[in-house]
Amino acid sequence: MFKSRMFKKRMPKARLVIFWLLIIPTVLMADERLHLDLGKPLSVAEINQFSITVFPDGSNLPIGQGSVDQGRVLYENQCRMCHGKDGIEGPAARLAGSDGWFSFSDPLRILRIEKHPVLLISVGSLWPYATSIFDYIRRAMPHYSPKSLDDNQVYALTAYLLYLNDLVSDSLVLDAESIINVEMPGKNRSITSWPE
Amino acid sequence: MENKIIAAVAGNGLLDRRSFLLSGMALSGVTLAAGHSAVSVANVESIPAAIVDPVPQWMRSAGGSDNAYGLPSIHESHVQRQLAETTPQTSLFSIWHTPIEQQRGIITPNGLHFSVHHNGIPDIDPQQHELMIHGLVDKPLKFDMESLLRYPTVSSIHFLECAGNTAANAVSLTALDQSCQDLYGQVSGSEWSGVPLKYLLNEAGIKPSAKWVIVEGADGGSHSRSIPLEKLLDDAFIALYQNGERLRPSQGYPMRLFVPGWEGNANVKWVHRLEVTDKPAYSKDESGLYSDILANGSIQRFSFHMDVKSVITQPSGRQHLPEKHGFYEISGLAWSGYGKIKQVEVSADGGKTWAIAQLHGPVLAKSLTRFSIPWQWAGTDSVLISRATDEMGRVQPSRDQWRAQYASYSFNHYNAMQAWHINSDGKVENYYV
Repeated sequence: MFKSRMFKKRMPKARLVIFWLLIIPTVLMADERLHLDLGKPLSVAEINQFSITVFPDGSNLPIGQGSVDQGRVLYENQCRMCHGKDGIEGPAARLAGSDGWFSFSDPLRILRIEKHPVLLISVGSLWPYATSIFDYIRRAMPHYSPKSLDDNQVYALTAYLLYLNDLVSDSLVLDAESIINVEMPGKNRSITSWPE
Repeated sequence: MENKIIAAVAGNGLLDRRSFLLSGMALSGVTLAAGHSAVSVANVESIPAAIVDPVPQWMRSAGGSDNAYGLPSIHESHVQRQLAETTPQTSLFSIWHTPIEQQRGIITPNGLHFSVHHNGIPDIDPQQHELMIHGLVDKPLKFDMESLLRYPTVSSIHFLECAGNTAANAVSLTALDQSCQDLYGQVSGSEWSGVPLKYLLNEAGIKPSAKWVIVEGADGGSHSRSIPLEKLLDDAFIALYQNGERLRPSQGYPMRLFVPGWEGNANVKWVHRLEVTDKPAYSKDESGLYSDILANGSIQRFSFHMDVKSVITQPSGRQHLPEKHGFYEISGLAWSGYGKIKQVEVSADGGKTWAIAQLHGPVLAKSLTRFSIPWQWAGTDSVLISRATDEMGRVQPSRDQWRAQYASYSFNHYNAMQAWHINSDGKVENYYV
């Protein structure tokens, strides 16, 4: 009777130790150990079909080129109706000019901002890299028909938008080499909440 | 006798939270009646004044049939989302505000969840939709819906808030006479269910140099955001369900990224591609619209967290208190992208004195938290304010403190204390202290 009680008393402890030895690493490792491997291999061709992100260092930029003049024609036909004659009038996002309530080049600005507050900021004033302009036009513009422009047209529109901001001369022909050399005023103003 | 046990806890009629319970049936009756009408808006149908029949019609007839997918009562048809007017509206770019003052508890009904669309809502066939992972990984992978649904899922209750919520109070020099829906309608609460991203990323095998992931949607504009890998391996998941049902198209059907506590725009809807990299891409929204301009002109980028914030939803802007000297329940919502809400204080005298409101459970990290406090209105001009503190010790700033950090036209991440002014007629109005 006594022995049996001892036995009963000791076994759970031993079991408990074994239990924890087995369980603790399992619990800690559970997330890392989970490998259902239900994903299928993604081919290089599939990656290339969808991989459109362009980085500030110019990586993933396509071959091609476009001039300010070519961009002007495209802008008049496909962009002006939403962004305005000079890229400042809206109603869609403001492309050119300084940010804030007031602007010397746009005396009616405060009236427009009253109606559309997002026009307080502009691509030319805030965006730190010209590569982002190329990236966004290529993936999303024009709004009613995204991804309808070819790479040369995207270079041309990017060049024209830079020209509207007085960042390049009207003789510029933009390509993968020249785009990363464009100095955007937003870059030096940038600070980050999440260090790169 | 009853009045003796109703303890004032701060100036201008704020009462101990047990007042309602302790004060007996008679007072409770008044409280409930007043509380109900306090939050009603002009277009709520009133109960017929004269009831001729001994019992109502609906007690003398067979009931109607039910629907395959249930709908709210036709008497609640005034509870609707509202299109914000302050942005250039097209069907492609639209901002729909949730009627937050109509909500009780911490869960927003799916049909009323706020939404912001930059490129409209794509009509995606889930059978053809795949989630791709490539870049700095050992094995580029793709997952279809069927395989994703076989992974263990997590479910958690979180708020989702647009970085631009309450932008009007950030930039408008005068307090606009707007409703809580107008000012705070870009935050909602849901239970989100899905597959933790660490499972999928680990299966692809993350290379040591990886630091960021460019997350992209399959919408017309291929919305994309650069998200730190650290967050994705922490508590992020691919959300497939919202409040128990598959995502609505406007919330990213068939799948979206969910990054708890981070600005809505980073929770990429219709997600289809994760490109693991060593650097951010500076996509459109992180280059411009979703950055913050500081007072010194600096442009602050990648400020992902939604900071501690609260708002009294009842009574709130454009409502009327129906009864002078009545008892009211002040109720509202608090949330923080950094963790749990620790405390909400309420003032009924414009910030001179404060009382601690009751937090209603569950109090969850990065979730809406309901608070309330009983109030006896003296029928005089009053200013109600709420001030939330989270478990990290972060406290809501005053509007002046908030604005001192930013340029006068910077409108994202506004989290200052909200004040509502109540005049002697009971009209509730947005107010700057």
